Amino acid sequence: MNDLTPDRDDRTAKLKGIGCARKRVEDARFTQGKGNYVDDIKLPGMLFGDFVRSPYAHARVKSIDTSAALALDGVVAVLTARDLEPLGLHWMPTLAGDKQMVLADGKVLFQGQEVAFVVARDRYVAADAVELVAVEYEELPVLTNPFEAMQSDIVLREDLTPGTDGAHGPRRHHNHIFLWEEGDRTATEQVIASADVVAEEMVYYHRTHPCPLETCGCVASMDKVNGKLTVYGTFQAPHVVRTVASLLSGIEERNIRIVSPDIGGGFGNKVGVYPGYVCSIVASIVTGVPVKWVEDRMDNLMATAFARDYWMKGRIAATKEGRITGLWCHVTADHGAFDACADPTRFPAGFFHICTGSYDIPVAYVGVDGVYTNKAPGGVAYRCSFRVTEAAYFIERMIEVLAIELNMDAAELRRINFIRADQFPYHSALGWEYDSGDYHTAWDKALKAVDYAGLRREQAERLAAFKRGETRKLIGIGLTHFTEIVGAGPVKNCDILGMGMFDSCEIRIHPTGSAIARLGTISQGQGHATTFAQILASEIGIPADSITIEEGDTDTAPYGLGTYGSRSTPVAGAATAMAGRKIRAKAQMIAAYLLEVHDDDVEFDIDRFTVKGAPERFKTMAEIAYAAYNQAIPGIEPGLEAVSYYDPPNMTYPFGAYICVMEIDVDTGETQIRQFYALDDCGTRINPMVIEGQVHGGLTEALAIAMGQEIAYDEMGNMKTATLMDFFMPTAWETPHYTTDHTETPSPHHPIGAKGVGESPNVGGVPAFSNAVHDALRPFGLRHTHMPHDHWRIWKAAHDLGLHG
Amino acid sequence: MIPAAFEYHRPGDLPSALALLQQHGDEARVIAGGHSLIPMMKLRMAEVPHLIDLQAIDALRGIRIDGTRITLGAMVTQHELIAHEGLARVAPILREAALQIADPQVRYMGTIGGNVANGDPGNDMPGLMQCLDATFHVTGPGGERAIPARSFYESAYMTAREEDEILTAVSFDAPTGGQAYEKQKRKIGDYATAAAAVILTRSGATCTHASIAMTNLSDVPVWSEAAGAALTGTPCDEAAMLNAIAAMLADIDPAGDNRGPVEFKRHTAGIILARAIARAWSRA
Amino acid sequence: MTQKMQITLTVNGTRHEILAEPRELLIHVLRERLNITGPHIGCETSHCGACTVTMGNRSVKSCTVFAAQADGAEITTIEGLGTPDALHPLQEAFREHHGLQCGFCTPGMITRAAQLLRENPNPTEEEVRFGMSGNLCRCTGYQNIVKAVLAAAATINSAKEAAQ
Repeated sequence: MNDLTPDRDDRTAKLKGIGCARKRVEDARFTQGKGNYVDDIKLPGMLFGDFVRSPYAHARVKSIDTSAALALDGVVAVLTARDLEPLGLHWMPTLAGDKQMVLADGKVLFQGQEVAFVVARDRYVAADAVELVAVEYEELPVLTNPFEAMQSDIVLREDLTPGTDGAHGPRRHHNHIFLWEEGDRTATEQVIASADVVAEEMVYYHRTHPCPLETCGCVASMDKVNGKLTVYGTFQAPHVVRTVASLLSGIEERNIRIVSPDIGGGFGNKVGVYPGYVCSIVASIVTGVPVKWVEDRMDNLMATAFARDYWMKGRIAATKEGRITGLWCHVTADHGAFDACADPTRFPAGFFHICTGSYDIPVAYVGVDGVYTNKAPGGVAYRCSFRVTEAAYFIERMIEVLAIELNMDAAELRRINFIRADQFPYHSALGWEYDSGDYHTAWDKALKAVDYAGLRREQAERLAAFKRGETRKLIGIGLTHFTEIVGAGPVKNCDILGMGMFDSCEIRIHPTGSAIARLGTISQGQGHATTFAQILASEIGIPADSITIEEGDTDTAPYGLGTYGSRSTPVAGAATAMAGRKIRAKAQMIAAYLLEVHDDDVEFDIDRFTVKGAPERFKTMAEIAYAAYNQAIPGIEPGLEAVSYYDPPNMTYPFGAYICVMEIDVDTGETQIRQFYALDDCGTRINPMVIEGQVHGGLTEALAIAMGQEIAYDEMGNMKTATLMDFFMPTAWETPHYTTDHTETPSPHHPIGAKGVGESPNVGGVPAFSNAVHDALRPFGLRHTHMPHDHWRIWKAAHDLGLHG
Repeated sequence: MIPAAFEYHRPGDLPSALALLQQHGDEARVIAGGHSLIPMMKLRMAEVPHLIDLQAIDALRGIRIDGTRITLGAMVTQHELIAHEGLARVAPILREAALQIADPQVRYMGTIGGNVANGDPGNDMPGLMQCLDATFHVTGPGGERAIPARSFYESAYMTAREEDEILTAVSFDAPTGGQAYEKQKRKIGDYATAAAAVILTRSGATCTHASIAMTNLSDVPVWSEAAGAALTGTPCDEAAMLNAIAAMLADIDPAGDNRGPVEFKRHTAGIILARAIARAWSRA
Repeated sequence: MTQKMQITLTVNGTRHEILAEPRELLIHVLRERLNITGPHIGCETSHCGACTVTMGNRSVKSCTVFAAQADGAEITTIEGLGTPDALHPLQEAFREHHGLQCGFCTPGMITRAAQLLRENPNPTEEEVRFGMSGNLCRCTGYQNIVKAVLAAAATINSAKEAAQ
């Protein structure tokens, strides 16, 4: 056997399977400018649509005069709610069970809301026509604060009958959407009432926006001859869009083709269904020619899918020694004008109840009140699984506040409360079953890697120097240990609009041994064409370089729920492995026939089936594929194909330990990230290069969110951060160097043990950056200050602590 | 973001450009690099029926150093300013400031003339030019005029340049002594939260002359004569610096915006000025 | 609508005579009229750099240049940097070092980097970060972009040395 070892290594290397830092196959086209994004699509006779948008956050629409716009040369149509009403499309259902105006129906509820849709020869004429649509508004009082909204007499949603239930139960005020509760409130409050120590804090996770570099858009094309509607668009869930489009339009699903071409980043922004899609489809049906709609950046930031905006009131109880005994949380969730949150139906606050985090907390309670305000709708998971970022931020801030209360080191407080490795699978007080983890090992590795004790010494020395007046810069050490919950989800409790959240893979092996696999997901930069081929290579023994991965065309791909919430690897990746195993099972029978032995006498070995005990007798997968098509094999039908629809038995629980070392200038509020260490455990690692890239990117988005990025409104509901001058996106100059590391604790229920990683760095990154800011000012009595930690807010915190003399 | 339609003119010399401005009056604006004007046009916050592009006028180009007098043609880009080694030797503060404007791409297009003539309080060059006591050269139907930078700015976007005049060049004496341009901003591409231009001369341990100007802390750049005076004749010690800051704070009038409220900007202005003074003094 | 004007552009070595409104932005002329869709539209206010092309010897954001201003200019886009058989070292390096994910910023990023390396063939990491600061990326966190640019610089320099 020994002489075969190098050969086996060589064969394994040639597969470029799981664990290989395989270079990406997508890059050839992207680096040569040959990507194919929505705005690159041009169809014959295509028109261009653009919106007239509301300048007001709350107003009655008295009249809309489209005559001057229609008179402009090149304008084909101007749609208003009145034109959509006969089709029943002036409103549309949201993903959260609410409904949303497609075009303003009598009133507008947020600045930037879609009022009319202009269809013209090109985008220049459309833009001119938008200027010519005269809308008469009567301004109404504006509510931008959810706490005020819950007290106010002002009725935002006049379409909802007072006193009737919403999609998630009773509404106790006309601006109330739902109250959603989990856990044992009574028991939790009892524990808190009798606890040695209780830390209480209001933690606000501000409103922000995923802001992918490519905005949202689509090209809708109704072929009236064949009765077929094709829509190319920025869809993170193309199959769901097809079903929804069919239900709304009455067009049979077989006659709708949804195509997600290359997508220039999604981060949750492209999960939602937006008025632009609906209007483009209607306009194409009306005009009979293709209609393109592509947002500009201001449209994108003002009107599509914001994220977060959670006011989280927390109480955490502990013994004197620091053992956490209970966690209580109430959230006031600002959902904007319509409840368009993208969450599984049963979870109107997403998976926020993962907020017990990495800690063994015996009892807990969460209540979330959803509230309407005069802000844009959305509430998507911005590079996180449904509301997990909010949950992780909440618990990681509460831990820090508790550490202050206990006068304890926050690293030690975490360590004594971690769920132990021997407790997995672990049932949390809020109802989750954590699949696997080894938090202590990860934590110790992280602390050692950064020389935590040394950092604390240096921080103390700096503090002393600061107090002596020798420096104006403090050091903050931001700690985070996060636990994610991704891979929605078991169909039994996760669906979107009734569609179960499984995913799928369909594989065809060609006669000469190459293959194509199609999935129900869609990459937005994650590199699926590279990594899914690696999973398959390891499963079926065909080199990844010989496997094409296709996604995003509903005419060819199997049905799936799409890519968001780090679900592609946990769900579609599992489907890929399972479909591969079906291929392998058939290949085994073919190999046995060809080798003239019993099925049980052959075994799979990297890229072939060998006769047990006689490895020199084998058939390669290429030989088997050829035989599958070209040789009559008794009892086996020709061909080598498989499909798998995978309904995961549980979600996966990636985790990580992040440490951020930050310098803070107390005089100007400027910050500098001196060191950032990120240890991720995402179970089995498919492609370390891609994982590292995901971590770098997610950390940079976390940096942006924690340190400056926000969707801010003034009291009139005017959006103050509608361009990239004010909406903070760091450049290479502001972005630090990151050090990545890992442990590997496979998921016990996933076919290859993979957990998903894309969102971990955002989930863990935000508290790490934020905790560093807090930690720097902790010696002066800072407990908590709200994000984003831009210069003036840090300055204000320092100022309020008396650090400016 | 699509601008309204306009007619485009690209005159080959200054008289032609002036004639076009005369002909179209209020309807015309000149464009240099366009990185202030074009975004405004795209947002339809500026309507310009006649756009007069100055790129083909050679007379507006070039960096000239005649002894101690420096003249920058209006169409000299920030990139050219930064790359010019001769200029960096005689007036290093220009490179230091220009590197803090916008980003590399914008600096290839953005010009010194556009930056000073636009009257945007966020622009960095106006304050620097006031600090340098520069002269702005404009040409109109009545001929050439020289306007001191220190009296050029009236309010946001309103300047002493008449609408039928074109700013052709800026000139100034090469500064002597220590120079520093200090700018706090949120990120690359941002305007200043606060910025300070400082030029100090010293004789022995004494500051013999000081010129101080602040950016984006009022609706115009602020050359604070009093702040400069507070340093002159002093050893630039802490007391003098505090006096200079107090004098500067009396001259600025910042507005709150996304960068922060007024009290923060005033505090930051003081810190930034202190840093600029310290750096300039160390170089004097 | 105003009169269209004749505009001459030399793009990636090919001369084009087009009739366009003066207000048409260079990015739209490239993408819509010439079907050069490598450069992308990201922010439209000259912050993101996805539309970066080289005009003469300047990196410019083509969303903030009117076609009329570019009349007579020589333009290079990502499509003009390399060929499938002979990739530009930056194109190779971005793939090798995983300097891209969704690919949307990549054409502008590489085009900008090419001009940066023309002006500064031996940049430090800090100079790369500063020189690339007009280009936003939402996916990579820049670390591998910086790595790729530095690696490409080394490749270009060693090729030059070998040629001498």
